[in-house]
Amino acid sequence: MTSLPTFAPVSPQAHALTSLLVGVFVLLLVIFLLVSTLVIFFSVRYRDRPGAPEARQIFGSTTLEVIWTLIPIAILTVLSIFMIAADRVSDPPIADGRKPDLQVIGHQWWWEINYLNSGVVAANEIHIPVGKPILIDLRAADVIHDFWAPQLGRKIDAVPGHPNTLWIEADTPGTYMGECAEFCGAEHAWMRFRVIAQNQPDFDAWQRAQLVVPPTPTAPEARAGARLFIDKTCVNCHAVAGTAANQSVGPDLTHIAGREMLAGEAAPNTPQELFRWLKDPNAIKPDSHMPDFKLSDTEAHQLVAYLEALK
Amino acid sequence: MSQVVDAGVAPNLVTGEREGLLAWVASVDHKQVGILYMISSMFFFFVGGIEALVLRIQLAAPGLHIISPETFDQLFTMHGTTMIFLFVMPMLTGMSNYVIPLMIGAHDVAFPRLNAMGFWVQLFGGVILYFSFLAGGAPNAGWFSYTPLAEKAYSSLAGVDYWIVGLACIGVGSLASAINLAVTIICLRVQGLSVRRLPLFAWMTMVNSFLMIGALPLLNASLVILMIDRTFNAHVFDPAGGGSALLWQHFFWSFGHPEVYIMILPAFGIISEVIPVFSGKPIYGYEFVAASTVAIAFLSFTVWAHHMFAVGMSMVGNVAFGISSMTIAVPTGIKIFNWTATLYGGRIRFTTAMMFAVAFLFTFTIGGLSGISFAAFPLDWQLTDTYYLVAHFHYVIFGGSAFGIFAGFYYWFPKFSGRMMSERIGVWNFWLTFIGFNLTFFIQHVLGLAGMPRRVFTYPDLPGWAAMNLISTIGAFVLGFSILLFVWNIFDSLANGAVAGDNPWDAWTLEWATTSPPPPENFDRVPPVHGRRPLWDLAHPDRADEKVARA
Repeated sequence: MTSLPTFAPVSPQAHALTSLLVGVFVLLLVIFLLVSTLVIFFSVRYRDRPGAPEARQIFGSTTLEVIWTLIPIAILTVLSIFMIAADRVSDPPIADGRKPDLQVIGHQWWWEINYLNSGVVAANEIHIPVGKPILIDLRAADVIHDFWAPQLGRKIDAVPGHPNTLWIEADTPGTYMGECAEFCGAEHAWMRFRVIAQNQPDFDAWQRAQLVVPPTPTAPEARAGARLFIDKTCVNCHAVAGTAANQSVGPDLTHIAGREMLAGEAAPNTPQELFRWLKDPNAIKPDSHMPDFKLSDTEAHQLVAYLEALK
Repeated sequence: MSQVVDAGVAPNLVTGEREGLLAWVASVDHKQVGILYMISSMFFFFVGGIEALVLRIQLAAPGLHIISPETFDQLFTMHGTTMIFLFVMPMLTGMSNYVIPLMIGAHDVAFPRLNAMGFWVQLFGGVILYFSFLAGGAPNAGWFSYTPLAEKAYSSLAGVDYWIVGLACIGVGSLASAINLAVTIICLRVQGLSVRRLPLFAWMTMVNSFLMIGALPLLNASLVILMIDRTFNAHVFDPAGGGSALLWQHFFWSFGHPEVYIMILPAFGIISEVIPVFSGKPIYGYEFVAASTVAIAFLSFTVWAHHMFAVGMSMVGNVAFGISSMTIAVPTGIKIFNWTATLYGGRIRFTTAMMFAVAFLFTFTIGGLSGISFAAFPLDWQLTDTYYLVAHFHYVIFGGSAFGIFAGFYYWFPKFSGRMMSERIGVWNFWLTFIGFNLTFFIQHVLGLAGMPRRVFTYPDLPGWAAMNLISTIGAFVLGFSILLFVWNIFDSLANGAVAGDNPWDAWTLEWATTSPPPPENFDRVPPVHGRRPLWDLAHPDRADEKVARA
């Protein structure tokens, strides 16, 4: 991942923002250098020292006042035009009848992702095909969140009762960081996500794989884990296609083994971390809504075996 | 001193017969009330600063678990609320309380009892706010308490209720003080001190008082609705019950943006006094500095939704609020240019007060300019709610308001106490504050551009984030140490400072025409006022401002 994502746009939408950002920074730097040079020069030149002449009693100049009122007005007028131009590119109007591609729903503290055309359900990791503008229907399940993938487009709030839309796009394949940018409670820090942009064939293959219902596990440990998943009330919050679990309080786990990260990116998705997460969620993400079920080591290993089989 | 006129006609309500602590608690003397304001603000500045240092320790490296996320949220909520409502506002109110009646040649303020009530009510609000720590937990929904997070369903503990009641008290107290100051400046000016001759600190305090009278009721009304929501499930701000989450933001920021100017206008006033005095010149473009204040006050009520560019407003709304926000840069720029021009041709004495005032020209300019990068709303979509925003408003509130407060404190301390503050410690205080402040906050601009969101209790180890956060934490400790020096300088100077005399800086406004500290009734006689600089006119009768203007 790049160190300055706001300066590394990979979409036309984000590009418009970066260009405006660079232009405004240059403008602000020039103004700052002007003011600071004058202040430093006057401070040195007119510093009180032995033999310094008495201060000249100057009261002002209407001409200068008019000049330094009108010049900023002119600069800001020009800036307004660039501002509106950048708005048109970074937040283009939506054509009549254009349906959203994705519905993204912010939850405390994870992202639910619904592919509206294919029916794929994912969490925290958004796969998109490169080179295509993706229209997102953005909602919130509880409090206000904010969807921000700086290299792909603007940031916008997910507001309960106030659905928003935004465009994202990636011109080159890659993994791009994303995060919740609006304070949403204790685990706001670990409400991160990533956007994985793939070439169309790769994306199509991924989408097809997501639609496959994972087979019932056959290995004994994983089968025990599948039973625990039902018995330990995991089903009350999570969904796994092809089972009785169909809730969306927590992330859909149908293909959890294929994800890179766990718990809003609080930990990498490895069997060890998954084990740690199940044993003591607070150790990884304190105050998260994932309960501590006081699992024995054996139970936790069985659940890990089951979840690792959900590819 | 050939000619003198009688001072103003305010009744003298000073309760001179009381002694000790009771003399302070029962006092309605504006100077004592002003000092009470300043002492309580310094205390809360200290508390808010400790909270900030704990936050910076937790953020010093990625993945730390020194404090829990819950504690982190409480501390950043309390830090913001404290610094805004219990440090910057009351500190500026305290300075105005002390200085304004002296500056306008009055014996007292217009409503001394209302004034004293204002102080005690706002202090009571602060006590209630902090009592929450003992009552099950401090508020943790941010100083802005966005709904529905601040609703009962998501913040079930009493913290937010304490926040509501505490702020409502502070709102009432501040409103009382604003009414008192506005009436005082309008009605109690000494003969000859017309509005066109009013010192700029008094000008800006007057405008600011009207801003507070307009803005604080908006806060209190919103707080009452939120309280009804939380107590009786009214669902006004709760979408789950048919309310609107965004309505709270509109209400809150229609107070909250004027609030930003409430925190900066009196500091502008201080800078407009300190820079001319230590440059040995009158302020450049007095009329324009005064009028631009009025422009800012009006405009400040038209820009609130620039805090909401990311909520998904219509394009028309975004453009309208983007342009109105940029417009504010014009009168603010006029001020910066006039302060800079005041230095030109002067004979500049770099006292500690002046160093803070000149440093303000750098730090506040950075804060003001970075504000433009939010007014251009598509940029707000990248920058808002990142550390770039944290950097921006600390350059405005610390680099602006607090630097103004330090400048004013070093400037007026001799008047408050009769003693000079140590310039030797002052120089150290200034440079450590300046370096610590910039070390803490400048890097946060970059951190925001690197994508770090604000209000997170920890963060992943992304490229550069750890190093930048560590630098910021080190800076915060330098800054914290510099504040200790400031406090030490106050105590040391109270005990050992050189005796100040009436007018140690050769300043020109009326507060320097009486003893330091002034007697309870402020003046025996007030010098005649024929211009903006009465004491200059007295010292240079041949070159009085009035004569120069006529010639």
